[in-house]
Amino acid sequence: MRLLVPNAQGEMDPMTCWNPKMEMMPKEELDRLQLKHLKALVHRLYDYSRFYRDRMEAAGVHPDHIWTLEDAAKLPYMVKRDLREIEPERLLMVSNRELVRYHASSGTTGRPTIAGYTQADVNNWTESVARGIASAGIGPDDVIQVAYTYGLFTGGLGLHYGAERIGATVVPASTGNSERQLDLIKRLNVTAIAATPSYLMHLGEVSEKMGINIKRDTKLRIGILGAEPWSDGMRDRMQDWLGVKGINIYGTSELSGPLWCECAEQNGMHVWGDLTLAEVIDPDTGENLGPGEKGELVITMLQKEAVPIVRYRTGDITTLETETCACGRTHLRLGRITGRVDDMLIIRGINVFPSQVEYVLMSNPELGNEFQIVVDRKGALDDMLVRVELKPESFIDNVAKLECLKDRIASRMRNTLMISAEVELVEPGTLPRFEGKAKRVIDKRKL
Amino acid sequence: MLDREKYHIKQLSIFSENRPGRLMDIAGSMKEAKVNILGFTIAEGSGYGVVRMLVDQPEKAHQMLTKEGHVVKFTDVLAVKMEDKPGGLYDLTLMLRDAGINIEYAYGYRNSPAAVLILRVEDIDRATDTILASGRELYDVSHFK
Repeated sequence: MRLLVPNAQGEMDPMTCWNPKMEMMPKEELDRLQLKHLKALVHRLYDYSRFYRDRMEAAGVHPDHIWTLEDAAKLPYMVKRDLREIEPERLLMVSNRELVRYHASSGTTGRPTIAGYTQADVNNWTESVARGIASAGIGPDDVIQVAYTYGLFTGGLGLHYGAERIGATVVPASTGNSERQLDLIKRLNVTAIAATPSYLMHLGEVSEKMGINIKRDTKLRIGILGAEPWSDGMRDRMQDWLGVKGINIYGTSELSGPLWCECAEQNGMHVWGDLTLAEVIDPDTGENLGPGEKGELVITMLQKEAVPIVRYRTGDITTLETETCACGRTHLRLGRITGRVDDMLIIRGINVFPSQVEYVLMSNPELGNEFQIVVDRKGALDDMLVRVELKPESFIDNVAKLECLKDRIASRMRNTLMISAEVELVEPGTLPRFEGKAKRVIDKRKL
Repeated sequence: MLDREKYHIKQLSIFSENRPGRLMDIAGSMKEAKVNILGFTIAEGSGYGVVRMLVDQPEKAHQMLTKEGHVVKFTDVLAVKMEDKPGGLYDLTLMLRDAGINIEYAYGYRNSPAAVLILRVEDIDRATDTILASGRELYDVSHFK
Protein backbone atom coordinates (compact mmCIF):
# COMPACT_ATOMS: atom_id res chain seq x y z
CA MET A 1 0.00 0.00 0.00
CA ARG A 2 1.18 3.50 -0.77
CA LEU A 3 1.78 5.72 2.21
CA LEU A 4 0.58 9.27 2.24
CA VAL A 5 3.85 11.13 2.78
CA PRO A 6 4.75 14.51 1.29
CA ASN A 7 7.81 14.36 -0.95
CA ALA A 8 10.96 16.42 -0.49
CA GLN A 9 9.29 19.48 -1.99
CA GLY A 10 6.42 19.20 0.45
CA GLU A 11 4.10 18.12 -2.36
CA MET A 12 1.84 15.14 -2.14
CA ASP A 13 2.33 12.06 -4.20
CA PRO A 14 -0.08 12.76 -7.08
CA MET A 15 -1.36 9.19 -6.87
CA THR A 16 -2.54 9.59 -3.30
CA CYS A 17 -3.73 13.18 -3.55
CA TRP A 18 -6.26 13.71 -6.28
CA ASN A 19 -6.52 17.50 -6.04
CA PRO A 20 -3.56 18.79 -3.99
CA LYS A 21 -4.32 22.46 -4.60
CA MET A 22 -7.79 22.16 -3.15
CA GLU A 23 -7.13 19.51 -0.52
CA MET A 24 -4.07 21.28 0.95
CA MET A 25 -5.46 24.81 0.61
CA PRO A 26 -4.43 27.03 3.59
CA LYS A 27 -7.32 27.38 6.02
CA GLU A 28 -7.78 31.15 5.59
CA GLU A 29 -7.97 30.78 1.84
CA LEU A 30 -10.43 27.92 2.19
CA ASP A 31 -12.59 30.04 4.51
CA ARG A 32 -12.67 32.82 1.96
CA LEU A 33 -13.62 30.37 -0.78
CA GLN A 34 -16.41 28.92 1.36
CA LEU A 35 -17.79 32.36 2.11
CA LYS A 36 -17.77 33.27 -1.57
CA HIS A 37 -19.72 30.10 -2.40
CA LEU A 38 -22.11 30.60 0.52
CA LYS A 39 -22.96 34.15 -0.52
CA ALA A 40 -23.52 33.06 -4.11
CA LEU A 41 -25.73 30.21 -2.95
CA VAL A 42 -27.89 32.39 -0.72
CA HIS A 43 -28.35 34.97 -3.45
CA ARG A 44 -29.25 32.30 -5.99
CA LEU A 45 -31.81 30.74 -3.66
CA TYR A 46 -33.34 34.06 -2.71
CA ASP A 47 -33.61 35.21 -6.29
CA TYR A 48 -34.68 32.03 -8.03
CA SER A 49 -36.46 29.74 -5.57
CA ARG A 50 -39.92 30.55 -4.26
CA PHE A 51 -39.49 27.83 -1.66
CA TYR A 52 -36.19 29.05 -0.22
CA ARG A 53 -37.14 32.69 -0.46
CA ASP A 54 -40.30 32.04 1.59
CA ARG A 55 -38.24 30.09 4.10
CA MET A 56 -35.69 32.89 4.42
CA GLU A 57 -38.33 35.58 4.73
CA ALA A 58 -40.11 33.59 7.43
CA ALA A 59 -36.80 33.40 9.29
CA GLY A 60 -36.18 37.11 8.73
CA VAL A 61 -32.96 36.55 6.78
CA HIS A 62 -31.89 38.42 3.69
CA PRO A 63 -28.83 37.58 1.56
CA ASP A 64 -27.32 40.88 2.72
CA HIS A 65 -27.17 39.50 6.26
CA ILE A 66 -24.56 36.93 5.28
CA TRP A 67 -21.14 38.53 5.80
CA THR A 68 -19.16 35.80 7.53
CA LEU A 69 -19.27 32.00 7.61
CA GLU A 70 -20.76 32.24 11.11
CA ASP A 71 -23.72 34.10 9.59
CA ALA A 72 -24.78 30.79 8.02
CA ALA A 73 -26.31 30.06 11.44
CA LYS A 74 -28.99 32.67 10.61
CA LEU A 75 -30.33 30.56 7.76
CA PRO A 76 -33.34 28.31 8.42
CA TYR A 77 -32.82 24.57 8.71
CA MET A 78 -33.99 21.93 6.30
CA VAL A 79 -35.14 18.58 7.64
CA LYS A 80 -35.77 15.20 6.03
CA ARG A 81 -39.51 15.88 6.16
CA ASP A 82 -39.04 18.82 3.78
CA LEU A 83 -37.53 16.57 1.12
CA ARG A 84 -40.13 13.93 1.68
CA GLU A 85 -43.30 15.94 1.82
CA ILE A 86 -42.68 18.95 -0.36
CA GLU A 87 -43.35 18.31 -4.02
CA PRO A 88 -40.05 17.70 -5.82
CA GLU A 89 -40.92 20.43 -8.33
CA ARG A 90 -40.87 23.04 -5.58
CA LEU A 91 -37.39 22.00 -4.46
CA LEU A 92 -35.92 21.51 -7.91
CA MET A 93 -34.18 24.60 -9.20
CA VAL A 94 -33.47 23.37 -12.69
CA SER A 95 -35.53 22.04 -15.59
CA ASN A 96 -35.52 18.55 -17.03
CA ARG A 97 -33.16 19.79 -19.70
CA GLU A 98 -30.46 20.28 -17.08
CA LEU A 99 -31.18 17.15 -15.03
CA VAL A 100 -29.02 14.18 -15.86
CA ARG A 101 -30.02 11.67 -13.19
CA TYR A 102 -32.35 10.76 -10.36
CA HIS A 103 -31.67 8.75 -7.24
CA ALA A 104 -34.10 7.91 -4.47
CA SER A 105 -34.09 6.70 -0.92
CA SER A 106 -36.87 4.75 0.72
CA GLY A 107 -39.56 7.06 2.11
CA THR A 108 -41.33 6.75 5.42
CA THR A 109 -44.72 6.18 3.91
CA GLY A 110 -43.67 4.14 0.96
CA ARG A 111 -43.07 7.19 -1.20
CA PRO A 112 -39.38 7.48 -1.97
CA THR A 113 -37.43 10.69 -1.40
CA ILE A 114 -36.31 11.78 -4.87
CA ALA A 115 -33.00 13.47 -5.54
CA GLY A 116 -32.22 15.04 -8.92
CA TYR A 117 -28.75 15.81 -10.26
CA THR A 118 -27.35 18.14 -12.88
CA GLN A 119 -24.11 17.25 -14.64
CA ALA A 120 -22.27 19.60 -12.28
CA ASP A 121 -23.87 17.88 -9.28
CA VAL A 122 -22.68 14.48 -10.51
CA ASN A 123 -19.23 15.96 -11.21
CA ASN A 124 -18.90 17.47 -7.73
CA TRP A 125 -20.12 14.27 -6.10
CA THR A 126 -17.62 12.28 -8.16
CA GLU A 127 -14.85 14.76 -7.27
CA SER A 128 -15.65 14.31 -3.58
CA VAL A 129 -15.44 10.52 -3.80
CA ALA A 130 -12.33 10.67 -6.00
CA ARG A 131 -10.44 12.83 -3.48
CA GLY A 132 -11.57 10.64 -0.61
CA ILE A 133 -10.69 7.23 -1.96
CA ALA A 134 -7.37 8.53 -3.34
CA SER A 135 -6.54 9.86 0.13
CA ALA A 136 -7.27 6.39 1.49
CA GLY A 137 -4.55 5.01 -0.73
CA ILE A 138 -6.43 3.89 -3.83
CA GLY A 139 -4.94 4.76 -7.23
CA PRO A 140 -4.90 3.82 -10.92
CA ASP A 141 -3.19 0.51 -10.21
CA ASP A 142 -5.96 -0.64 -7.92
CA VAL A 143 -8.90 -2.87 -8.71
CA ILE A 144 -11.91 -1.87 -6.63
CA GLN A 145 -14.97 -4.05 -6.25
CA VAL A 146 -18.06 -1.94 -5.63
CA ALA A 147 -20.31 -4.11 -3.49
CA TYR A 148 -22.86 -1.44 -2.73
CA THR A 149 -26.22 -1.72 -4.46
CA TYR A 150 -26.36 -0.16 -7.91
CA GLY A 151 -29.58 1.57 -8.80
CA LEU A 152 -31.69 4.15 -7.02
CA PHE A 153 -29.51 3.75 -3.94
CA THR A 154 -26.57 6.16 -4.26
CA GLY A 155 -23.87 3.86 -2.88
CA GLY A 156 -23.09 1.81 -5.97
CA LEU A 157 -22.93 4.50 -8.64
CA GLY A 158 -21.34 7.03 -6.25
CA LEU A 159 -18.32 4.85 -5.58
CA HIS A 160 -18.26 3.64 -9.18
CA TYR A 161 -17.90 7.11 -10.67
CA GLY A 162 -15.37 8.22 -8.03
CA ALA A 163 -13.19 5.19 -8.59
CA GLU A 164 -13.30 5.52 -12.37
CA ARG A 165 -12.39 9.18 -12.06
CA ILE A 166 -9.06 8.37 -10.38
CA GLY A 167 -8.36 5.67 -12.95
CA ALA A 168 -8.91 2.66 -10.74
CA THR A 169 -10.40 -0.47 -12.31
CA VAL A 170 -13.95 -0.97 -11.14
CA VAL A 171 -15.66 -4.32 -10.63
CA PRO A 172 -19.33 -3.33 -10.41
CA ALA A 173 -20.40 -6.37 -8.39
CA SER A 174 -23.29 -4.68 -6.57
CA THR A 175 -24.67 -6.60 -3.57
CA GLY A 176 -25.40 -10.25 -3.00
CA ASN A 177 -24.03 -13.60 -4.17
CA SER A 178 -21.12 -13.76 -1.75
CA GLU A 179 -19.46 -16.76 -3.40
CA ARG A 180 -19.30 -14.92 -6.69
CA GLN A 181 -18.00 -11.78 -4.96
CA LEU A 182 -15.17 -13.78 -3.43
CA ASP A 183 -14.45 -15.54 -6.69
CA LEU A 184 -14.13 -12.14 -8.43
CA ILE A 185 -11.90 -10.82 -5.65
CA LYS A 186 -9.56 -13.74 -6.18
CA ARG A 187 -9.61 -13.98 -9.94
CA LEU A 188 -9.42 -10.26 -10.74
CA ASN A 189 -6.80 -9.52 -8.07
CA VAL A 190 -9.12 -7.04 -6.41
CA THR A 191 -7.24 -4.75 -4.02
CA ALA A 192 -10.06 -2.66 -2.58
CA ILE A 193 -13.72 -3.16 -1.82
CA ALA A 194 -16.52 -0.68 -1.18
CA ALA A 195 -19.25 -2.23 0.97
CA THR A 196 -21.08 -1.93 4.23
CA PRO A 197 -18.79 -3.01 7.06
CA SER A 198 -21.19 -5.77 8.00
CA TYR A 199 -21.17 -7.11 4.46
CA LEU A 200 -17.38 -7.28 4.43
CA MET A 201 -17.51 -9.18 7.73
CA HIS A 202 -20.06 -11.49 6.14
CA LEU A 203 -17.75 -12.06 3.16
CA GLY A 204 -15.06 -12.93 5.69
CA GLU A 205 -17.26 -15.61 7.16
CA VAL A 206 -18.26 -16.99 3.76
CA SER A 207 -14.63 -17.05 2.63
CA GLU A 208 -13.70 -19.25 5.58
CA LYS A 209 -16.46 -21.69 4.65
CA MET A 210 -15.14 -21.72 1.06
CA GLY A 211 -11.63 -22.38 2.30
CA ILE A 212 -10.37 -18.96 1.16
CA ASN A 213 -8.15 -16.97 3.50
CA ILE A 214 -8.63 -13.35 2.45
CA LYS A 215 -5.39 -12.28 4.08
CA ARG A 216 -3.32 -14.99 2.42
CA ASP A 217 -5.16 -15.88 -0.77
CA THR A 218 -6.31 -12.48 -2.06
CA LYS A 219 -4.83 -9.05 -2.76
CA LEU A 220 -7.62 -7.26 -0.91
CA ARG A 221 -6.05 -4.55 1.27
CA ILE A 222 -8.46 -1.61 1.59
CA GLY A 223 -12.15 -1.47 2.45
CA ILE A 224 -14.20 1.69 1.86
CA LEU A 225 -16.88 1.00 4.40
CA GLY A 226 -19.99 2.90 5.36
CA ALA A 227 -23.75 3.39 4.92
CA GLU A 228 -24.25 2.11 8.45
CA PRO A 229 -22.77 2.88 11.88
CA TRP A 230 -19.85 0.80 13.02
CA SER A 231 -17.18 1.07 15.64
CA ASP A 232 -13.41 1.23 16.02
CA GLY A 233 -13.65 -2.08 17.86
CA MET A 234 -15.16 -3.73 14.80
CA ARG A 235 -12.51 -2.07 12.61
CA ASP A 236 -9.68 -3.46 14.74
CA ARG A 237 -11.16 -6.93 14.63
CA MET A 238 -11.67 -6.79 10.88
CA GLN A 239 -8.23 -5.44 10.09
CA ASP A 240 -6.66 -8.11 12.22
CA TRP A 241 -8.81 -10.91 10.85
CA LEU A 242 -8.97 -10.06 7.14
CA GLY A 243 -5.92 -7.83 6.75
CA VAL A 244 -8.15 -5.21 5.13
CA LYS A 245 -7.63 -1.58 6.15
CA GLY A 246 -11.05 -0.22 7.11
CA ILE A 247 -11.75 3.27 5.77
CA ASN A 248 -14.88 4.93 7.06
CA ILE A 249 -17.10 6.70 4.49
CA TYR A 250 -20.14 8.93 5.01
CA GLY A 251 -22.84 10.53 2.94
CA THR A 252 -26.57 10.42 2.41
CA SER A 253 -28.72 10.55 -0.69
CA GLU A 254 -30.02 14.00 0.34
CA LEU A 255 -26.49 15.39 0.17
CA SER A 256 -25.78 13.53 -3.13
CA GLY A 257 -24.62 10.13 -1.90
CA PRO A 258 -21.44 8.86 -0.26
CA LEU A 259 -19.21 11.92 -0.12
CA TRP A 260 -16.43 11.90 2.43
CA CYS A 261 -14.08 9.24 3.63
CA GLU A 262 -11.04 8.92 5.80
CA CYS A 263 -7.52 9.20 4.49
CA ALA A 264 -4.94 6.54 5.23
CA GLU A 265 -4.51 8.09 8.70
CA GLN A 266 -8.00 6.74 9.58
CA ASN A 267 -8.60 9.73 11.79
CA GLY A 268 -11.87 11.33 10.68
CA MET A 269 -13.48 11.84 7.27
CA HIS A 270 -12.33 14.87 5.28
CA VAL A 271 -15.28 17.12 4.51
CA TRP A 272 -14.32 19.05 1.40
CA GLY A 273 -14.87 22.69 2.36
CA ASP A 274 -15.08 24.01 -1.20
CA LEU A 275 -18.19 21.89 -1.70
CA THR A 276 -19.63 21.66 1.80
CA LEU A 277 -20.17 23.75 4.91
CA ALA A 278 -20.48 21.46 7.92
CA GLU A 279 -21.73 22.44 11.37
CA VAL A 280 -22.49 20.54 14.55
CA ILE A 281 -25.36 21.84 16.66
CA ASP A 282 -27.02 21.00 19.93
CA PRO A 283 -30.12 19.17 18.61
CA ASP A 284 -32.29 20.61 21.40
CA THR A 285 -31.23 24.25 21.48
CA GLY A 286 -29.89 24.63 17.94
CA GLU A 287 -26.76 26.23 19.38
CA ASN A 288 -23.60 25.77 17.28
CA LEU A 289 -21.04 23.58 19.01
CA GLY A 290 -17.26 23.81 18.90
CA PRO A 291 -14.61 21.38 17.64
CA GLY A 292 -14.77 17.98 19.31
CA GLU A 293 -18.18 18.66 20.85
CA LYS A 294 -20.76 16.02 20.13
CA GLY A 295 -24.00 17.07 18.43
CA GLU A 296 -26.14 16.83 15.32
CA LEU A 297 -24.44 17.17 11.96
CA VAL A 298 -25.87 20.00 9.84
CA ILE A 299 -24.80 20.25 6.20
CA THR A 300 -24.95 22.96 3.55
CA MET A 301 -23.96 21.84 0.07
CA LEU A 302 -22.32 24.97 -1.34
CA GLN A 303 -22.46 24.11 -5.03
CA LYS A 304 -25.40 21.77 -5.42
CA GLU A 305 -27.60 22.92 -8.28
CA ALA A 306 -30.66 20.72 -8.81
CA VAL A 307 -31.85 20.35 -5.23
CA PRO A 308 -29.98 22.80 -3.00
CA ILE A 309 -29.30 21.64 0.53
CA VAL A 310 -29.07 24.40 3.12
CA ARG A 311 -28.42 23.67 6.79
CA TYR A 312 -29.83 20.19 6.40
CA ARG A 313 -30.24 18.43 9.73
CA THR A 314 -28.88 14.95 9.07
CA GLY A 315 -30.09 13.51 12.37
CA ASP A 316 -26.65 11.94 12.82
CA ILE A 317 -24.76 12.54 16.05
CA THR A 318 -21.03 13.16 15.60
CA THR A 319 -18.14 15.59 16.12
CA LEU A 320 -16.08 17.85 13.86
CA GLU A 321 -12.35 18.48 14.20
CA THR A 322 -10.74 21.64 12.80
CA GLU A 323 -7.06 20.76 13.21
CA THR A 324 -5.13 19.96 10.07
CA CYS A 325 -4.87 16.20 9.59
CA ALA A 326 -1.51 14.45 9.86
CA CYS A 327 -1.80 13.85 6.11
CA GLY A 328 -1.66 17.59 5.55
CA ARG A 329 -5.24 18.10 4.40
CA THR A 330 -6.69 21.28 5.85
CA HIS A 331 -10.40 20.54 5.61
CA LEU A 332 -12.71 19.71 8.55
CA ARG A 333 -12.69 16.15 9.77
CA LEU A 334 -15.91 14.38 10.58
CA GLY A 335 -15.84 11.90 13.46
CA ARG A 336 -17.66 8.61 13.69
CA ILE A 337 -21.45 8.66 13.70
CA THR A 338 -22.29 7.57 17.22
CA GLY A 339 -26.06 7.76 17.16
CA ARG A 340 -29.25 9.31 15.84
CA VAL A 341 -31.40 12.20 16.98
CA ASP A 342 -34.54 10.38 15.87
CA ASP A 343 -35.53 6.73 15.85
CA MET A 344 -34.12 5.94 12.42
CA LEU A 345 -32.54 2.50 12.12
CA ILE A 346 -29.88 1.57 9.61
CA ILE A 347 -30.27 -2.03 8.57
CA ARG A 348 -27.94 -3.53 6.00
CA GLY A 349 -27.14 0.01 4.89
CA ILE A 350 -30.79 0.97 4.34
CA ASN A 351 -32.50 3.65 6.43
CA VAL A 352 -35.58 2.34 8.16
CA PHE A 353 -37.99 4.39 10.25
CA PRO A 354 -40.34 2.55 12.60
CA SER A 355 -43.10 4.73 11.13
CA GLN A 356 -42.56 3.01 7.76
CA VAL A 357 -43.06 -0.37 9.38
CA GLU A 358 -46.15 0.95 11.14
CA TYR A 359 -47.53 2.25 7.85
CA VAL A 360 -47.22 -1.16 6.20
CA LEU A 361 -48.71 -3.00 9.16
CA MET A 362 -51.65 -0.66 9.61
CA SER A 363 -52.73 -1.13 6.02
CA ASN A 364 -53.66 -4.72 6.96
CA PRO A 365 -57.06 -4.84 8.68
CA GLU A 366 -56.21 -8.25 10.17
CA LEU A 367 -53.55 -6.78 12.41
CA GLY A 368 -53.76 -5.03 15.77
CA ASN A 369 -52.09 -1.74 16.68
CA GLU A 370 -49.16 -3.10 18.59
CA PHE A 371 -45.90 -4.14 16.98
CA GLN A 372 -42.28 -4.55 17.82
CA ILE A 373 -39.14 -4.38 15.69
CA VAL A 374 -36.28 -6.61 16.76
CA VAL A 375 -32.94 -5.96 15.06
CA ASP A 376 -30.12 -8.39 15.55
CA ARG A 377 -26.92 -9.36 13.85
CA LYS A 378 -27.00 -12.95 12.68
CA GLY A 379 -23.41 -13.75 11.85
CA ALA A 380 -22.21 -10.51 10.31
CA LEU A 381 -25.47 -9.41 8.71
CA ASP A 382 -28.30 -7.41 10.19
CA ASP A 383 -31.56 -9.17 10.64
CA MET A 384 -34.91 -7.50 11.15
CA LEU A 385 -37.88 -9.21 12.74
CA VAL A 386 -41.26 -7.52 12.95
CA ARG A 387 -43.59 -8.92 15.56
CA VAL A 388 -47.21 -7.89 15.25
CA GLU A 389 -50.39 -8.80 17.08
CA LEU A 390 -53.15 -10.58 15.20
CA LYS A 391 -56.63 -9.20 15.89
CA PRO A 392 -58.75 -11.82 17.74
CA GLU A 393 -61.47 -11.62 15.09
CA SER A 394 -58.93 -12.22 12.31
CA PHE A 395 -57.90 -15.59 13.65
CA ILE A 396 -59.01 -18.43 11.45
CA ASP A 397 -58.23 -22.08 11.99
CA ASN A 398 -56.43 -22.35 8.68
CA VAL A 399 -52.65 -22.34 8.85
CA ALA A 400 -52.29 -21.89 5.10
CA LYS A 401 -54.33 -18.67 5.21
CA LEU A 402 -52.39 -17.36 8.22
CA GLU A 403 -49.12 -18.07 6.43
CA CYS A 404 -50.48 -16.31 3.39
CA LEU A 405 -51.25 -13.23 5.49
CA LYS A 406 -47.73 -13.29 6.87
CA ASP A 407 -46.20 -13.56 3.42
CA ARG A 408 -48.33 -10.69 2.17
CA ILE A 409 -47.14 -8.45 5.00
CA ALA A 410 -43.52 -9.47 4.43
CA SER A 411 -43.75 -8.70 0.74
CA ARG A 412 -45.34 -5.28 1.33
CA MET A 413 -42.60 -4.60 3.85
CA ARG A 414 -39.96 -5.48 1.28
CA ASN A 415 -41.53 -3.22 -1.33
CA THR A 416 -41.81 -0.26 1.02
CA LEU A 417 -38.60 -0.52 3.02
CA MET A 418 -36.46 -1.97 0.22
CA ILE A 419 -35.26 -4.51 2.74
CA SER A 420 -36.56 -7.92 3.67
CA ALA A 421 -37.88 -8.49 7.16
CA GLU A 422 -39.17 -11.54 8.89
CA VAL A 423 -42.73 -11.19 10.15
CA GLU A 424 -44.09 -12.94 13.20
CA LEU A 425 -47.76 -13.03 14.16
CA VAL A 426 -48.24 -12.95 17.91
CA GLU A 427 -51.22 -13.30 20.23
CA PRO A 428 -53.21 -10.13 20.93
CA GLY A 429 -52.29 -8.43 24.18
CA THR A 430 -48.85 -9.99 24.46
CA LEU A 431 -46.65 -7.15 23.20
CA PRO A 432 -45.69 -4.47 25.72
CA ARG A 433 -47.99 -1.42 26.01
CA PHE A 434 -46.61 2.05 26.63
CA GLU A 435 -48.10 4.96 28.44
CA GLY A 436 -45.69 7.55 27.15
CA LYS A 437 -43.49 7.31 24.10
CA ALA A 438 -43.68 3.81 22.69
CA LYS A 439 -40.46 1.88 22.61
CA ARG A 440 -41.05 -0.35 19.63
CA VAL A 441 -37.47 -1.08 18.65
CA ILE A 442 -35.23 -3.62 20.29
CA ASP A 443 -31.76 -3.31 18.81
CA LYS A 444 -29.63 -6.22 19.92
CA ARG A 445 -26.72 -5.37 17.66
CA LYS A 446 -23.51 -4.65 19.51
CA LEU A 447 -21.36 -2.17 17.67
CA MET B 1 -85.46 -33.46 7.20
CA LEU B 2 -82.09 -34.52 8.43
CA ASP B 3 -80.81 -32.54 11.39
CA ARG B 4 -77.29 -32.00 10.20
CA GLU B 5 -76.53 -29.51 12.99
CA LYS B 6 -76.24 -32.22 15.58
CA TYR B 7 -73.23 -33.64 13.71
CA HIS B 8 -71.36 -30.33 13.77
CA ILE B 9 -68.91 -30.98 16.55
CA LYS B 10 -67.68 -27.78 18.20
CA GLN B 11 -63.92 -28.02 18.11
CA LEU B 12 -61.89 -25.35 19.94
CA SER B 13 -59.19 -23.71 17.83
CA ILE B 14 -56.68 -21.63 19.76
CA PHE B 15 -54.07 -19.29 18.27
CA SER B 16 -50.93 -19.82 20.25
CA GLU B 17 -47.46 -18.36 20.11
CA ASN B 18 -44.74 -20.89 19.80
CA ARG B 19 -42.99 -20.43 23.15
CA PRO B 20 -42.41 -22.57 26.21
CA GLY B 21 -45.34 -22.78 28.59
CA ARG B 22 -48.06 -21.69 26.21
CA LEU B 23 -49.62 -25.15 25.93
CA MET B 24 -49.26 -25.56 29.67
CA ASP B 25 -51.34 -22.37 30.13
CA ILE B 26 -54.10 -23.83 27.97
CA ALA B 27 -54.02 -27.17 29.74
CA GLY B 28 -54.03 -25.36 33.09
CA SER B 29 -57.18 -23.43 32.14
CA MET B 30 -58.89 -26.69 31.23
CA LYS B 31 -57.86 -28.28 34.49
CA GLU B 32 -59.14 -25.31 36.47
CA ALA B 33 -62.47 -25.37 34.61
CA LYS B 34 -62.69 -29.15 35.14
CA VAL B 35 -63.01 -29.62 31.41
CA ASN B 36 -61.98 -32.99 30.01
CA ILE B 37 -59.98 -33.05 26.76
CA LEU B 38 -61.15 -35.82 24.44
CA GLY B 39 -59.13 -35.18 21.32
CA PHE B 40 -56.18 -32.93 20.68
CA THR B 41 -53.72 -31.80 18.00
CA ILE B 42 -51.44 -28.87 17.20
CA ALA B 43 -50.97 -27.40 13.72
CA GLU B 44 -47.61 -25.73 13.37
CA GLY B 45 -47.21 -22.36 11.63
CA SER B 46 -43.98 -20.39 11.60
CA GLY B 47 -43.57 -18.85 15.04
CA TYR B 48 -47.07 -19.81 16.14
CA GLY B 49 -49.33 -22.80 16.34
CA VAL B 50 -53.03 -23.56 16.20
CA VAL B 51 -54.14 -25.81 19.04
CA ARG B 52 -57.22 -27.91 18.23
CA MET B 53 -59.17 -29.61 20.97
CA LEU B 54 -62.33 -31.60 21.42
CA VAL B 55 -63.62 -31.26 24.96
CA ASP B 56 -66.62 -32.41 26.94
CA GLN B 57 -67.82 -28.89 27.72
CA PRO B 58 -66.97 -26.62 24.73
CA GLU B 59 -68.86 -23.51 25.92
CA LYS B 60 -67.28 -23.59 29.36
CA ALA B 61 -63.82 -24.16 27.86
CA HIS B 62 -64.32 -21.29 25.39
CA GLN B 63 -65.35 -18.94 28.19
CA MET B 64 -62.45 -19.92 30.37
CA LEU B 65 -59.84 -19.60 27.62
CA THR B 66 -61.21 -16.24 26.49
CA LYS B 67 -61.13 -15.00 30.07
CA GLU B 68 -57.50 -16.05 30.31
CA GLY B 69 -56.70 -13.94 27.24
CA HIS B 70 -56.45 -16.67 24.62
CA VAL B 71 -57.70 -16.21 21.08
CA VAL B 72 -60.26 -19.00 20.72
CA LYS B 73 -62.70 -19.91 17.99
CA PHE B 74 -65.19 -22.69 17.49
CA THR B 75 -64.62 -24.68 14.34
CA ASP B 76 -67.24 -27.15 13.14
CA VAL B 77 -65.79 -30.57 12.43
CA LEU B 78 -67.20 -34.02 11.75
CA ALA B 79 -66.43 -37.07 13.87
CA VAL B 80 -66.56 -40.24 11.79
CA LYS B 81 -66.85 -43.60 13.49
CA MET B 82 -64.20 -45.78 11.93
CA GLU B 83 -63.93 -49.54 11.90
CA ASP B 84 -60.75 -50.23 13.79
CA LYS B 85 -59.17 -52.44 11.13
CA PRO B 86 -56.66 -52.12 8.26
CA GLY B 87 -58.05 -50.27 5.26
CA GLY B 88 -60.63 -48.27 7.21
CA LEU B 89 -59.10 -44.90 6.44
CA TYR B 90 -58.53 -45.89 2.81
CA ASP B 91 -62.16 -46.78 2.25
CA LEU B 92 -63.36 -43.51 3.75
CA THR B 93 -60.91 -41.28 1.87
CA LEU B 94 -61.63 -43.12 -1.41
CA MET B 95 -65.29 -42.39 -0.96
CA LEU B 96 -64.61 -38.71 -0.18
CA ARG B 97 -62.36 -38.37 -3.20
CA ASP B 98 -65.01 -39.84 -5.48
CA ALA B 99 -67.48 -37.32 -4.08
CA GLY B 100 -64.95 -34.52 -4.69
CA ILE B 101 -64.79 -33.54 -1.03
CA ASN B 102 -61.52 -31.93 0.02
CA ILE B 103 -60.18 -32.44 3.53
CA GLU B 104 -58.68 -29.30 5.10
CA TYR B 105 -57.27 -31.24 8.00
CA ALA B 106 -57.94 -34.41 9.91
CA TYR B 107 -56.76 -36.21 12.99
CA GLY B 108 -57.76 -39.46 14.60
CA TYR B 109 -57.87 -41.10 17.93
CA ARG B 110 -58.77 -44.56 19.14
CA ASN B 111 -61.81 -44.85 21.26
CA SER B 112 -62.37 -48.57 21.90
CA PRO B 113 -64.11 -50.44 20.35
CA ALA B 114 -64.15 -48.01 17.38
CA ALA B 115 -61.73 -45.32 16.17
CA VAL B 116 -62.73 -41.73 15.59
CA LEU B 117 -61.58 -39.62 12.68
CA ILE B 118 -62.05 -35.87 13.08
CA LEU B 119 -62.51 -34.17 9.73
CA ARG B 120 -62.47 -30.52 8.81
CA VAL B 121 -63.88 -29.96 5.33
CA GLU B 122 -64.93 -26.95 3.30
CA ASP B 123 -68.55 -27.96 2.76
CA ILE B 124 -69.58 -29.61 5.98
CA ASP B 125 -73.21 -30.27 5.04
CA ARG B 126 -72.37 -32.05 1.81
CA ALA B 127 -69.74 -34.11 3.61
CA THR B 128 -72.28 -35.01 6.29
CA ASP B 129 -74.77 -36.20 3.69
CA THR B 130 -72.15 -38.10 1.73
CA ILE B 131 -70.76 -39.93 4.74
CA LEU B 132 -74.20 -40.85 6.12
CA ALA B 133 -75.41 -41.95 2.70
CA SER B 134 -72.45 -44.32 2.45
CA GLY B 135 -73.79 -46.14 5.50
CA ARG B 136 -71.14 -44.85 7.82
CA GLU B 137 -71.84 -43.48 11.27
CA LEU B 138 -71.11 -39.96 12.47
CA TYR B 139 -70.91 -39.20 16.13
CA ASP B 140 -73.20 -36.40 17.15
CA VAL B 141 -72.53 -33.75 19.75
CA SER B 142 -74.06 -35.84 22.56
CA HIS B 143 -71.20 -38.31 22.14
CA PHE B 144 -68.72 -35.73 23.42
CA LYS B 145 -70.60 -34.73 26.58
